[in-house]
Amino acid sequence: MDARVRALESLLVEKGYLDSAAVDEIIETYETRIGPRNGAHVVAKAWLEPDFADWLKRDATAAIHSLGYISRQGEHMVAVFNDDETHHMVVCTLCSCYPWSVLGLPPTWYKSPPYRSRAVIDPRGVLAEFGTDLLDNVGVEVHDSTAETRYLVIPARPDGTDGWSEEQLMACVSRDSMIGTTLAAKPVAA
Amino acid sequence: MNGGADLGGMMGFGPVVDSAEASALDPLFHADWEPRVLGMIVAIGAAGKWNLDQSRFARESLPPADYMRFPYYRIWLEAAQKLLLERQMITTDELEAGRMISQPQPIRKRLAREDVAAALQAGGPVDRPADRSAGFAVGDNVQTINIHPESHTRLPRYARGKAGVVTAILGFHVFPDSNALGAHGKGEDPQWLYQIRFSARELWGDDCNPRDSVTLDLWEPYLERG
Repeated sequence: MDARVRALESLLVEKGYLDSAAVDEIIETYETRIGPRNGAHVVAKAWLEPDFADWLKRDATAAIHSLGYISRQGEHMVAVFNDDETHHMVVCTLCSCYPWSVLGLPPTWYKSPPYRSRAVIDPRGVLAEFGTDLLDNVGVEVHDSTAETRYLVIPARPDGTDGWSEEQLMACVSRDSMIGTTLAAKPVAA
Repeated sequence: MNGGADLGGMMGFGPVVDSAEASALDPLFHADWEPRVLGMIVAIGAAGKWNLDQSRFARESLPPADYMRFPYYRIWLEAAQKLLLERQMITTDELEAGRMISQPQPIRKRLAREDVAAALQAGGPVDRPADRSAGFAVGDNVQTINIHPESHTRLPRYARGKAGVVTAILGFHVFPDSNALGAHGKGEDPQWLYQIRFSARELWGDDCNPRDSVTLDLWEPYLERG
């Protein structure tokens, strides 16, 4: 595959369709600048500021853009909030739609048949594989990203984090907790 | 189309992950060619030779067995190659020779390194000015239509002919079923887009937890009054 992709890239460059330096720049952007830290910032701010949380509920696109997280696959955002009654989990059964602007590129499992097939029919089985146990009275709401709306899960704030700073709270928010396959949790070292 | 991409509800693919820890450690790329494919396909979008829905249709048109076994970036690569060939931007002779033989096709733009940040920031919004009011309101009962087009659709098989409730009006968005047809369809043909909630029991039967549900974002042409 490496040789085949190199050959295609050099052909596209020779024909004037592609600039390899632009390809490098795109890769670097998603390896170093756009990733789940963006989403963790959104979540921590929502935990700390009720007004921001309300804005996220009303117009997640504007609220997220206000933090500077404006980029492709984040043009139309919806934030869904976990609470005592509902646990949210996001999938794209038809392809790999994912909120790049706040989470970066999706993990391989998110794009692969086991998750895409099972998330909608067996969400509790999937959650168990991630070690995520829910109380019996909590319903699971799965969001299948069939349009250009991109879903960000706002996990519940972990107990015992009163008075924590935004930076400390961000360390509780993993990528997978914002997809909804895990919960936010205090860092093990804390 | 009822292709290999329409995976919701299938069984037999095995576990998603071994553990949450394994997920956290799994790298985003598993081979050197994978990031190159990602970057090439994002970059060549600027050429303007196909739209988002046409690229999705090219991916889901792969033979189902290939779609289900290929790594995801291989799916992207095969679909991009198919689109490049269809639009005569490259030829099979050139792929075999590994060099340019025929003249390039005109393109809208070759994305330069200095334009990457702006292009990523601009993204590709698909909301359009509404020329009519929404046909459904939050709380309305709806029924999805039962269609099996050979062309592109974003109404998955598992949600056809099902009863749901409108939970949000999401805007007036480009309609993929039309947009994927390009010059053979009505273009973007924007439509009202709704979030529709279905109970898990409606979709999968009475063995499901009665508290569980699935939402899909569906355009008005997919919906009838329930």
